[in-house]
Amino acid sequence: MQFSDRYGSAPSAIARPTTDRSSEGTEMTTPSSGRRMDGGRALIKALEMEGVETIFGLPGGAILPVYDPIIDSPIRHILVRHEQGAGHMAEGFAHATGRPGVAMVTSGPAATNIVTPLCDAYMDSVPIVVITGQVPYAAIGTDAFQECDTTGITMPVTKHNFLISDAQDIPRIIREAFHIATTGRPGPVLVDVPKDIVDPKNPRSAMDWYWPEEVDLPGYRPVTAGDPEAIRRAAELILAAERPVIYAGGGILKARAAEVLRELAELTGIHVVTTLMARGAFPDDHPLALGMPGMHGNYTAVTSMQRSDLLIALGSRFDDRVTGKVPAFAPEAKIIHVDIDPAELGKVRRPDVGIAGDARLVIEALIEAIGELGGPSRQPDRRAWGEQIREWQQRYPLTYQPSEPGEALKPQFVLETLRDNTPDDCIVASGVGQHQMWTSQYWKFNHPYTWVNSGGLGTMGFAVPAAIGAKVGRPDRMVWAVDGDGCFQMTAQELVTAASERIPVKVAILNNAYLGMVRQWQEMFYEERYSEVYLSPDLPDYKMWAEAMGCIGMRVESPEEVLPAIEKANEIDDRPVVIEFRTDSREKVYPMVPAGLSNDEIIVDPAHGEGGH
Amino acid sequence: MNVAPDRGASAKHHILTVLVENKPGVLTRVAGLFARRGFNIYSLAVAPTEDDRFSRITIVVDVESAPLEQIIKQLDKLINVVKIDELAPGEAVERELLLATVAAPPEVRGQVIELVGVFEGRILSVGWRELTVSLEGSPSKLDDFEELIGNYGIVALQRTGRVALPKLERRTPDIEDPPA
Repeated sequence: MQFSDRYGSAPSAIARPTTDRSSEGTEMTTPSSGRRMDGGRALIKALEMEGVETIFGLPGGAILPVYDPIIDSPIRHILVRHEQGAGHMAEGFAHATGRPGVAMVTSGPAATNIVTPLCDAYMDSVPIVVITGQVPYAAIGTDAFQECDTTGITMPVTKHNFLISDAQDIPRIIREAFHIATTGRPGPVLVDVPKDIVDPKNPRSAMDWYWPEEVDLPGYRPVTAGDPEAIRRAAELILAAERPVIYAGGGILKARAAEVLRELAELTGIHVVTTLMARGAFPDDHPLALGMPGMHGNYTAVTSMQRSDLLIALGSRFDDRVTGKVPAFAPEAKIIHVDIDPAELGKVRRPDVGIAGDARLVIEALIEAIGELGGPSRQPDRRAWGEQIREWQQRYPLTYQPSEPGEALKPQFVLETLRDNTPDDCIVASGVGQHQMWTSQYWKFNHPYTWVNSGGLGTMGFAVPAAIGAKVGRPDRMVWAVDGDGCFQMTAQELVTAASERIPVKVAILNNAYLGMVRQWQEMFYEERYSEVYLSPDLPDYKMWAEAMGCIGMRVESPEEVLPAIEKANEIDDRPVVIEFRTDSREKVYPMVPAGLSNDEIIVDPAHGEGGH
Repeated sequence: MNVAPDRGASAKHHILTVLVENKPGVLTRVAGLFARRGFNIYSLAVAPTEDDRFSRITIVVDVESAPLEQIIKQLDKLINVVKIDELAPGEAVERELLLATVAAPPEVRGQVIELVGVFEGRILSVGWRELTVSLEGSPSKLDDFEELIGNYGIVALQRTGRVALPKLERRTPDIEDPPA
């Protein structure tokens, strides 16, 4: 496939609406300045001005005045069954499209239900804007019905939040919320809206419509261009390194930098690891791709970082799941660290060259600086390093023992079959646990924005709603969720949303009857004392449950049924499909670096010999 | 008067002056950031500045420089934080206000009044057996006063937390410089 084809289809960068919706001719969307309006209509209109096409949400008392004008708005509203679903759908939408996802819910319990997605988006730098209802301004602090200090609760898990106190501020605050969510290091922004300032029956909701063209945030100045002197020093380190590795993180995707990352890797011939958040940022079928590093990374990705003399960290944050024990992480490596967030530089490991800036702009400047310093021909001979990497790859591939006839399915086999029988640009969302790690390991991500997952917070139940959000954002793509049985039970009800809204996502449940990753830890580190970890393969009956929710349900128990079930699911595009795969509960995720240990103590599949070490 | 070395001063003692937008909730965001990282705020003072769009928060913290650097960077990420300066104790002018109600029965009243005078404090309120006094100065001067007056008995004490600004740079005027 041509390079340009592969990336040409990627969603465009976070964009402001370029078309004036007034051409649609509806009175609602005419941006005539100075027109009297109530706050609820102003809020919806402000969302329209921001180019919002879809809101995921669930109404309730305090937010009702904002729901009323949705009837007259071109914005599509998707009615969820639980507010957590709305938040994860907004995240899935943002992961897959790069555009901010929007969720709207009411006050009190609705607001607390969406705290998990807010925290999830905060940890993974996902741009979402969440609107919450609030009791009338005068009732705040009186313990009114469904009151909750939403801004107080969400302060530590949002990039920023607002409590609107005046209807006149609504357009400005919505504009600022989207600006903050989508620029710099992206993240979740919450806007809490007291009922009286959006309720047309209340005089406090009256406002004169306007649309601010500029934002005035004196304390908010995201860096973009990197310091040229630091970039030159980084280029010199790259040209001098004998065992360099590019450590690419989720920031590559946020910065739309996949294409320039590939340019840099090919120019210098340096291998690339892609973290859990960066899967797809560099094509897995590329000869320089090393795959995922970290606790469940492959041997070569982990060990090449450990033995490197230069780590080029691009949009990655030295997460503990990547570094293992920090003092023992990549001990001989000099560090170049590029991050849009200056607070990440030196937070975990002090860089030799730290560059605060947008990953795409900095990589472009790095490529230029390498050229000015004499180009890649100035680099030392790295053939021995390349040879070493190839040797590791051959010696320690990802492996599993195929099941004997009559035995339970191997989850890895299910994933390989799914991977090989879905389009190359299929979007795959996952929950959290063993199935997440296997999917990241065994899938071949050859396109950016095809992997939707919860990395930082590790939110069980993420997959189903996130897949729905991704499918809404990219209806042209096939979207599969890979879920565990434990995860599925947390948010499965959102399949009712998908069925009723005709959002044809596909779900593969790897049902091993256990909280699998917990079981793995109990087996390896708690002397096989399996405390409170068994879920049962039959309770619930996943096939019947799927059908009760308006989906097609299937159950697969033997290897020969795997492919036909997947093929059947691929053909269904008018409703969601759920396939329950009965998998082997004894299967563990290898390799593994136990928590708190050095990456040198990686345990590979026992099939490699030496008891796995 | 002589400014004694601050007894609270140590390698771990840092003063942050943080210019923030004058909006509700900003102090919570700033204070919460310290709490989440387990750092104790030793002293904190906040009030509007010459520009009413902004407030200045003076925070004294006792932490090593390395975690402080991370705190400053995280503070800088807060949308409402406009500017942060870190002042080393030697590079700052620091002031604090103390209000104290002290026991001053007639037999020692003269001694108490004399002590307040030595420290250039003021008597704000006079009762039958007590005096309320105010004292402004460097934190160490206030510490000294607190210790000495404590011998007579402190009924109530309130300190403001310190405020600080950078010391001005001194420069010998060049010959060419016209007089200001």
